[in-house]
Amino acid sequence: MSTVTSRTTYVGVALAAAVGLTTLTACGDSEDSSSGGKSKDVTLVTHDSFAVSKDVLKEFERRTGYKVHRLKDGDAGRAVNKALLTKDNPQGDVFFGVDNTLLSRALDGGLFQPYRTPELSSLDAATRLDKEHRVTPVDTGDICVNYDKKYFDEHRIKPPKTLEDLTRPQYKNLLVTENAGSSSPGLGFLLGTAAAYGDEGWPTYWKKLKANGIKVVDGWEQAYNQEFSGSAGGRKAGGERPLVVSYASSPVAEAVYADTPPKTAPTGVATGTCFRQIEFAGLLSNAKNPEGGKALIDFLASKRFQEDVPLNMFVSPVRGDAKVPAEFTKYGTVVREPYTMAPDKIADKRDDWVKSWNTLVLK
Amino acid sequence: MTAARKAARRLWPKGSAARLGLAAVPAAFFALFFAYPVTAIVLRGLREGGHWQFGRLGEVLGDPGIRHVLWFTTWQALASTALTLLVALPGAYVLARLDFPGKALLRALVTVPFVLPTVVAGSAFLALLGRGGLLDDLWGLRLDTTVWAILLAHVFFNYAVVVRTVGGLWAQLDPRQEEAARMLGASRLTAWRTVTLPALGPAVAAAALMVFLFTFTSFGVVTILGGPTYATLEVEIYRQTADVFDLPTAAVLSLIQFAAVALILLVHAWTVRRRESALHLVPPAATAHRPRGAAQWTLLAGVLLTVLVLLLLPLAVLVQRSFDTGGGPGLGYYRALTRNDDEVFLVPPVEAIGNSLTYALAATAIALVIGCLAAAALTRPGGAGRLLRGFDALLMLPLGVSAVTVGFGFLISLDEPPLDLRASWILVPLAQALVGVPFVVRTMLPVLRAIDPRLREAARVLGAAPHRVWREIDLPLAARALLVAAGFAFAVSLGEFGATVFIARPDNPTLPVAVARLLGRPGESNYGQAMALSTLLMLVCALSLLLLERVRPRGRDAADRPAVPTGEM
Repeated sequence: MSTVTSRTTYVGVALAAAVGLTTLTACGDSEDSSSGGKSKDVTLVTHDSFAVSKDVLKEFERRTGYKVHRLKDGDAGRAVNKALLTKDNPQGDVFFGVDNTLLSRALDGGLFQPYRTPELSSLDAATRLDKEHRVTPVDTGDICVNYDKKYFDEHRIKPPKTLEDLTRPQYKNLLVTENAGSSSPGLGFLLGTAAAYGDEGWPTYWKKLKANGIKVVDGWEQAYNQEFSGSAGGRKAGGERPLVVSYASSPVAEAVYADTPPKTAPTGVATGTCFRQIEFAGLLSNAKNPEGGKALIDFLASKRFQEDVPLNMFVSPVRGDAKVPAEFTKYGTVVREPYTMAPDKIADKRDDWVKSWNTLVLK
Repeated sequence: MTAARKAARRLWPKGSAARLGLAAVPAAFFALFFAYPVTAIVLRGLREGGHWQFGRLGEVLGDPGIRHVLWFTTWQALASTALTLLVALPGAYVLARLDFPGKALLRALVTVPFVLPTVVAGSAFLALLGRGGLLDDLWGLRLDTTVWAILLAHVFFNYAVVVRTVGGLWAQLDPRQEEAARMLGASRLTAWRTVTLPALGPAVAAAALMVFLFTFTSFGVVTILGGPTYATLEVEIYRQTADVFDLPTAAVLSLIQFAAVALILLVHAWTVRRRESALHLVPPAATAHRPRGAAQWTLLAGVLLTVLVLLLLPLAVLVQRSFDTGGGPGLGYYRALTRNDDEVFLVPPVEAIGNSLTYALAATAIALVIGCLAAAALTRPGGAGRLLRGFDALLMLPLGVSAVTVGFGFLISLDEPPLDLRASWILVPLAQALVGVPFVVRTMLPVLRAIDPRLREAARVLGAAPHRVWREIDLPLAARALLVAAGFAFAVSLGEFGATVFIARPDNPTLPVAVARLLGRPGESNYGQAMALSTLLMLVCALSLLLLERVRPRGRDAADRPAVPTGEM
């Protein structure tokens, strides 16, 4: 990955480039050789939410001699689509951040090449969804309705527990969710309802949700930090909705990022509304540095990285031997039976469902 | 064709060859960086799975969701255009016909929004109309996620288009014609309706079509203010490509938008040609006068109030927000811009200013070279006229073709040697230059056309080589217009968002991209930084525009044209 080092040179090149297309071509070539040519550089293409502790990454670089470049390419869905479009000549070596809701799109599109990491046997068997090892599971998270504890205490209403509860009159106009077409928690929530009510039943359920005053916004940030009354951001922004579609780990994040650590998290999780999300990494087809890419995948599956994951990305590790930080046990909620759906089925129905959902809920 | 031109043709038999030669570079540029990428992405969508997907056309058009998008795109563009005309026509009159202190400043001010990035305008309106915005604080009124916010933002953007296009002509209409009608007994209204209105008609139509084009393809405003409920065709193309990954649908939608834009441009070209027909024009200085009577003073006050509320207030709120830190007014957000928040950008947001300026300079250089060659080709005497007129319209197309389509096209088509530009920073300036070229051509064309061909002819007769003729005759006359074109291309490149958001690399964000990314992140600090960065971007835009206004050609020479080329689009 190149950084802007000398602007004056660039302006000079720009002027030259403007004069003749030949110069332009030459310019492209030189850029190319500097960004992809050296085998000690390895590029991780990922989404905006990827995060790792600096020292953990440094340690990997020191141990292997690879220099890791990160190319954060928008939110998860867009990053996957862009990677698919450029798969013949990828922008990096490893892609991290494709989840089970988009997995089959990536696999069918030939985004990845097989690589079986030696760490595989340590990873939770239930998350190893690709028998050909084109992807390696890295973390899991549950998409669940979160509630604002204070609101429900003050109004002396019990917070909802299940999907069915959300359609009851005492929760009218309380829930905000994300656009299933553009947001991954939004899509996860839709898939959860489809898992719960079946292919035929979910539209009826959503009609009830709509009649019960559900609000839809474009993305998670807006839903959680603007509309939701229980989050720190939402309180500041004057959020008015005490129920939001977020993650099972969001209460942990609320507590960890509070100015003074609270005794309990200010928000809770409706455990009967959860959908399990699994995030994968894979070696990109046509990667320029496959050896470096493989080392990077081993690193993502390693104990060191797996133990670093929870407090950086607020998801759970997939390694059985990874120690979960104390904050997770103190403030978190264990979701025992999340809704799940096979990636093949998701692949089959996803687009049609999103389309019907759009017409049903948005239009 | 004038006798002089005929003579020139006889004298210069290879005229058409030279013309085509000049046109070759811009044509190659557009083929390589516009036609090829756009075709590549559209074909990729239409040929999914190895065979043609023409059946998708009917399928897409039959989809009620898509029909809803088409319907919304059309009616909001119509409504935006009508509203813009309604609000801006009095402004056009006031700036054309009335003389008052600060008029030049006002003219510059109303043009600022036009070159502002849509993201900045979007955030300005959000700060005014959104949650916790000024209206919300005062009256609990929120207009974000309603169509009103979109319409008002469109008026904000396109006010200048009407003022410049219509006002530019209005200022040069001979007032004596209307006076004559009144002397013959017509009432003030009748005189205006029968004399001035018909003369202004084509200019109003041209402005309306331009506003329609810009609002029909609106992207940034709708994504920021519309929420998930409202989508224009352009936004839907983005969603189908980037979110749903339904390339066939995106391709069909791109073709529909392409057809619509081509139609708008054709109608526009036709109105402009009609407008160029015999009107008696006089210098603007001769038509403007101090306001007279209560009606004119009221009109002036009304226009000033509109500009204040609709154009300046959103910008002022933006600036105010950028200083409004948690602990009272201060520079906290500006200081935060210099910090390296690893998780957002990998570089301090303030570096985006440097990136933006570098990209905009490069884009301006490219746009100037391509645009000037194209304009020169279009004004050269010689054959191949019909062919070149088509070329003229072709150069305008990037204004209306989805920037996302262009961006995606770049990613998949310019990825192999000898043209592997994907990892190169030049990709962004190239995309921005595409939007800049139409402005350069529109600014240069009228000036070059107005140069008396007899001058060139005389020089040639005296034995000057073609490049010498150009240097000695055309260049001095066109130099001012060239500066104006450069300033405009620069401002437009600075604000380009749709294509840049797609191809800008995360470690090299431009200002608009950085603003959008900050707005998309939670927390007050990110919001405040977005406002601060928007303010900086606005300043840079406004400064380049004011500079441009200073070099604005004066007097009655050939270069006496509106500073903003929309008048000729």
